[in-house]
Parts: sequence; structure tokens; C-alpha cells
Amino acid sequence: MLWIGIIAILLFLVVNPFVHLLATSFRSPDTGGFTWENYAAAYGRERYVQALVNSLKLGAGAALLAGLFAVPLAWAVSRTNMPGRGLVRTLVLATFITPPYTGTVAWILLAGPNAGWLNRLYVFLTGADTGPFNIYSFPGLVVVVALYSYPYIFIFTSAALELVSSEMEDAANILGAGTWLTMRRVTLPLALPAILGGLIICFLEAIALFASPAMIAIPARFNVVTTQLFQFFGNPVRVEVAAAYAMPLLGVTVLLVLVQRLLTHRRGFVALTGKGGERRPLALGPWRWALFGYAMLVASLSVILPYIFLLQAAFAKAWGRGFSLDNLSFKNFRFVLFEHATAAHSVVNSFLFGGAAATLGIIVALGVAYIVARRIVPFAGLLGFLCVAPFVIPGVVLAIGFYSAYAPPPLALYGTAWILILAFTVRFLPIGYVNASAAIRTLNPEMEEAVRILGGGRLTAMRRVVAPLLKRSLLGAWLLMFIPATRELSSAIFLYGPNTKVVSVMIFDMSEEGNFEYLAALALILQLLTLPLLWIGQRAIGRDFMLRRSAT
Amino acid sequence: MTKLALRNLARRYGTVDAVADFSLELAKGEFVSLLGPSGCGKTTTLRMIAGFVPPSGGVIEMDGRPISTATSVVPPERRGMSMIFQSYAIWPNMTVGENVGFGLQVRKLPKAEVERRVDRILEVVQLDALKNRYPAELSGGQQQRVALARAIVVEPEVLLLDEPLSNLDANLREEMRFEIRRLHDEFKITTVYVTHDQAEAMVTSDRIVVMNKGRVEQIDAPQELYARPNSRFVAGFIGRTNFLEGKRQGADIAFDGFTAPAVMLDGASRKGNLLYSLRPQSIQLAGDKPAAGPGLVVEAEIAGRSYLGEYWDYQVKPLSGAMLLRVSTPPTTVFEPGSRVWLVIDPAGMVRLE
Repeated sequence: MLWIGIIAILLFLVVNPFVHLLATSFRSPDTGGFTWENYAAAYGRERYVQALVNSLKLGAGAALLAGLFAVPLAWAVSRTNMPGRGLVRTLVLATFITPPYTGTVAWILLAGPNAGWLNRLYVFLTGADTGPFNIYSFPGLVVVVALYSYPYIFIFTSAALELVSSEMEDAANILGAGTWLTMRRVTLPLALPAILGGLIICFLEAIALFASPAMIAIPARFNVVTTQLFQFFGNPVRVEVAAAYAMPLLGVTVLLVLVQRLLTHRRGFVALTGKGGERRPLALGPWRWALFGYAMLVASLSVILPYIFLLQAAFAKAWGRGFSLDNLSFKNFRFVLFEHATAAHSVVNSFLFGGAAATLGIIVALGVAYIVARRIVPFAGLLGFLCVAPFVIPGVVLAIGFYSAYAPPPLALYGTAWILILAFTVRFLPIGYVNASAAIRTLNPEMEEAVRILGGGRLTAMRRVVAPLLKRSLLGAWLLMFIPATRELSSAIFLYGPNTKVVSVMIFDMSEEGNFEYLAALALILQLLTLPLLWIGQRAIGRDFMLRRSAT
Repeated sequence: MTKLALRNLARRYGTVDAVADFSLELAKGEFVSLLGPSGCGKTTTLRMIAGFVPPSGGVIEMDGRPISTATSVVPPERRGMSMIFQSYAIWPNMTVGENVGFGLQVRKLPKAEVERRVDRILEVVQLDALKNRYPAELSGGQQQRVALARAIVVEPEVLLLDEPLSNLDANLREEMRFEIRRLHDEFKITTVYVTHDQAEAMVTSDRIVVMNKGRVEQIDAPQELYARPNSRFVAGFIGRTNFLEGKRQGADIAFDGFTAPAVMLDGASRKGNLLYSLRPQSIQLAGDKPAAGPGLVVEAEIAGRSYLGEYWDYQVKPLSGAMLLRVSTPPTTVFEPGSRVWLVIDPAGMVRLE
């Protein structure tokens, strides 16, 4: 009976919104009948098509740039004797947990035309009239998106490199290949599928991203797919056109995820799962300092500079007045925590909804992972597929699906907390599922069979043996869903109501109003609240928490 | 009285018959081993008895009631059996006492009764001092005893053991064989024991089922199985043996290197090729030609030898043949390689195989 319940939940959460998305794209808003008109409307104007092209350009540019950031860092951290490897790892993690909207705001402070700190520094140093940097441009958007998505490539690449055993490299050395030849002919080719896989994930993140384009592209007067979708959702809501317009985004994502799976499963990780002996760090000589310098440059751009100026803004009366004691103030924190009508409430909402979504998600993920691992029902593999399928659904597309499935009666969930909780559950279900099934695979089925032959049912086995043994990994999986759920914007922006504003939406609103001091204070509060969660996660799972490959 | 009956049991995976046409009846209190090489279907059979694997044909009955058929299977938790797993499956999140008491708890026995029976069984397996330890703090042998205690304490209808000793080192394995038999003699639980180790099966069992490729080769008591194997597979799997191929020639049967009068041999009235099994212990070696006796005397040469402490293992070649025979002799019987010897073959040791 329980299994039937779980199957019903999956149908409700994953299948139904998807079916509605498809159906809505073919439904006439006036008559309710079948029509192609939505597609004609969605692709009928040149600027709509241009937004599609912009998204592809953004994805490609950001992925390539992120690759330039991530691959040397991953290699340096996992295979060389570069100094400060632990520090670099920590800074990459700090980048990873910085929500794109927070990073984007920091870069508006850094590279806004005229007032941006980098421009001011340039003017100060050269005496020129204006600085050269303008974040409100296509290149500006590419840089910002790359800076906050390179951790994905880092995770993939370092996971692959850590599986290449030194013995494989020794084998090349003993046959006469030097350090560089070995790297070029052995190490890199072995890691290449993983690097390509990381680039693809990065590309997909970039085209699905809402926050950065909304903050940069809209003021710069160009559109990408996600911002265009947002405009279709403006007054009046044209959900049918939005559904039709979301299809290429969905199609590209499905296609590339298939390519990525093919890449990483076919060659890369099969070749890399050797038991692989020890891994000696490669001695780089003086080059290790050059590499360290590069790593610090990347980290400065993604973490160090952004946080310095976010802190400055958060504690400033006005951020433009710079670093001075008389500009120092706690009023921003006081305002967002105690005086603003909804800011503090939005933080509470985020944690409540995130917590509910992660809990619901882990129950479903664990249930399905168990059914799949123990082959309890026929076609269990299909259930597992449904759990990971949302991975290929960008947040904005998911939101449109949820809107069309559950906003109208009979459920009329629009504006309630439930629609956010359910959307977050689906959005992060793949993370929960991948982790839960990895955890279950570590469990010998005989542990449960022993319960059953002694007279306990499956539920007793779950309660008395499976759950206690998987406590730690499940806590880790819960956090891996909870942390991103507390900062999710791209689906929330389409689904929140007046009483269910979450902190990400709040921050986004403040950026539209230009309240960067309040915004910085709120963004830092969110980051601060995340730190204890990270600490718990690292205690439960280990240093690699969040930077493991299964985390993505 | 039949406790457990397997009738024409079959399990098919795709096009592969993991188990086919398996029939066996266990008397109450009997200890039966399923013995065979890996992949012979013995574990599948055990898991069908436990209820983890549904049969694709046939029926399993307990006390005359069907508990598994192709269409309906009583789930494992309602069979009143218990099982010892290859990995022991001791729950690492529970203490020794909690592990052992689990089955009694599930049966909703009063707390005091659970305590009493746990204490008693822990004494029997000599673990009373470790009741509050966690499994991670125990040695392999101690974990094995926890698994035994946990399975026996519920006084199961049938006890199932799935290669329980395969993860122990050689000395401990030998000790545990006797322990398992001792516990069986004490509690008289109907037991099915799966193993690929013939010595284990012989020490513990009342009867042994030799399995090969999903089918039963022979079911017999250990000594019968050894003395009267009925197939080439059983003869080769249980102990070491020499296979001799013979042909009827008039009143004699001609083997490679010697002939024997047909009247001396078992079942030699048949025509055509005959296959015999001859254990290395059924051949004696003599340095001088022995006086005529009941045995067959064959002149041979020592081709090679190995010393194994408890006995010598000689390879000998009858002078008029190409075949090598293996002969076991006591450690005191010493012949140099290349020396001339006489083999004395006990005709009763020549067992004809189908």
C-alpha cells in the first residue's frame, strides 16, 4: 500500500506538471481547444528568437570561461603540490554556496558603470574620466555567470582526477614519457569525459539561470530565454505562450543531459574506477606559486572581492561613500530584521518551505531508492527515472508546469505555501534520490532479510535497521536538498504570493529597487544562516560535503 | 515425520534454469546440507525455502501446508523460520543483546522472558560477557556466534544457513563446524545448510544433497555418498578419486594398463564402455610382488609424489599403460620416484558410475 502511495506522489509531483506543461502549450487561452497559435506567438517576433540565440551564446560563453577557471584549479588541488590546496578548496565551496543573485549584486557593486569599485580604482590609478567596466552588458553577464557556475566543472574534474591512480601515470613514466607528456596523453584524456560533462552541466545551469540575467540583461535591454519567460508571466499572464516558449529550453536540456550521461558513463568513469593505489601529488617546483596565484585570482573574483564589498555595503549608510568610520552603521541589519514589513518573514518562509521540501523529498527519494534497489515492484527502474527526471527541467520551466497544473481549481494552490514546497521538492528530488540510492547501495540486503526471516515486516526493517544505519547519509542528503531550497529563486519567482515571499524573491525585489545596502545585509544574513548547516553536513559526511560529484 | 518438503521445485531466470526439478523431504529434526560448486543453485534453493525467492514451478510444504508455489508465497516474516547469512547480517546499530533479542521482541514476548532467553542462549554460545557490546567490537568468530544465537533463540520451525563459515579463517572454520553440529544435537532444529565445502557438509549433516547445474545429483548420508557415488560429478566433487574407463573383452574388462575379471567388479554385465571411480585410499603400494590374494595386482612405476604430512600422494603409471593413478599411502610408506612398485587394488573400491 505504501508503495502505491509513493507511486501516486511521483505521478502528482513529476508527471502531472509535465503533462500540463505540454498540454498548456497547445491550448487556446480563449476556447480551451487545441491550437498551434501559442507556438506562433512565442516564435513570431524576431526579439523572441533573438533571446533564444542569446541564451545559447550565454551558455557557451559561460561554460568555456568557467572551464578556464575550474580545470586548472581542480588539477592543482587534486594532483599537485600547489600550496594552499585546502584554502582553494574552501574558497571554491564558498563560491558554490553563494547564490547567483548575491554574486551578481556584488558584481554590480564592483563593475557597475561609473560608481563600480573597479571603475573607481581604474580612474584613481590612471586619472582617466571613466572606467572601462560595464557589468550591464553581454560580456559582463557571461563573466558573472561563469564565476558562479565554475564549481560544477571543478567538482566533476577533481572527482575524475582523484580516480586516476598514480600507477597509471607511473606506467607512462617508466615507458619514457615525461611529466607534461604524461599529463597530455594519460591524465587529461582520462579526465576529459568528466571535464566535458562538467562543461555541459555548466552550460545548462547558465541557460536555465534566472537571477543574473534578470539583474543584468533586463537593465542592459537584452533578453535571454528565462527573462523572456518572466515577461510572458507579467501582466497579463500568458502561461500558454510561456509553455510553448519553454520547449526549446527543455529540449536542449534533455539532449545535453543525455550526451553528458553518455560521456561520463561510457569511457570516463568505467576507465577510472580502478582501485588505483595511492595518488602522489605532482611536484611542480616554482610553477606551483604561479598556479597558486592563478587560483587566488579566480577566488578573488568569485569570493574575496565580492564579499568585501557586500560587507562594506551591508554596514554602510550609503555604499557609494566608501570605507570610512562615519559611513559605518548597523541600520541595514536592523531595518531588514525588525523594521521591514516582510524581509524577516521571507527568511523564515525560505527555511520553512525549504525544510518541508527537503523532508518530503527525502521520504520520497528514500522510498523510491529502496523500491528500486530491492526490486519490490515491476518497472521499479521507471520510478527511479521519474525521480531523476526533474534534473533536466530548468527551474523556470518547472514553475510554469506547476503553475498550469496546480494554479487553477480544484487545487488552486497558487499563492499558497504548498505550491512552493512541492515545486522545491521536485526541483531537488534528483539530489535526494542520487544520494539516497548511493546510501542504500552500501547496505547489504541480508541486513533486512535477517529482520524478515525473524518475523519483522519490511516496515520494521526500514525503521529498525535501514533508517538507523543510513542516518548520517540521509542527514547529508537532506542538507543537500535543504541548502539550495532555502535560496531557490528561478522557480519561486513564478509561484510566490503576497504571503509566501521567500528570501530570494525579497533580494531580487530589493535589487530592482536599487536598495543595495539592505540587500547586502539580507544576503549576508542568508549566508550566515547557511554556515552552521555546512558545518553539520561536514560533520555527518566529511570534508567533501557539497563538493562531491553526487551533490550535483 | 516430514517437516519440510520440496516437490519438483524450479526457478528460472530468463532462459536459465537456476534450479530444476528439485525434490527433497526433511524429517523433523533432520540436518541436511546442500552441497555443490558455486552457481549450482543451492543458495537459490535455500532462498526459496526462506521465502525470499518465489519458485517458478513446484511447491514447498511445511508440516504438510504449502508455503511456496509459483502463484503464492508466504512472506519470510510469516514462516517462523530463521536464517544465518553469509555476511552474518548482524545489525551494527544494535548491541549483541539487542540483536539476539530482536526476533523475540518481534514475537511480542514479555520483556522478562526475552531477557531470560537471551541470557540463556548467550551462555550456550559463550558470549554472556559480551551482551552489551556492539558488533563492530567483536571478532569474526564472535559475530558468527551472535548470528547463531540470534537464529536459534527464536526456536525456529526450520533453521537455514547460507555458507555461514565462508568468511572465517581455516582454524575457526573447523571449530565452528563442530559447534554447529553440537547446537543441532542440543536443540534438534530441522536445518538446511548450504555450503560448497564438502568437509563442512560431512561433519555437520545427516544427509547431503549434491547439486550440479541446478539439479540434484545424489541425496545420501555422508559415508554413502563417499563410498557409493552414483555419478562422475559426485565422485569427483566428494573427495579425490581416479576415473577408470574400461571395455568389456570376453570375461574380462580391459582398462588402460591392466585388466580385471568382470565377475570381480560391480555392474560389469553391461555392454560397451564402463566408467569406474577408484579412491586413492583403495590402492595399496608394495615394493615386492605380493602373494596372490583377493586384490588385483598391477606392476607400475612411481611417476611423482607429494608429501602432505598426513599422507603421501603418489602418481603411479601402470607399466603397460599411459594412465596416471593417484594413490594415498601412510607417511611411513616411502618410494623414490622412478622405482618399480606393485599396486594392489581392492575390487570393492571400484564403483561403477552412470
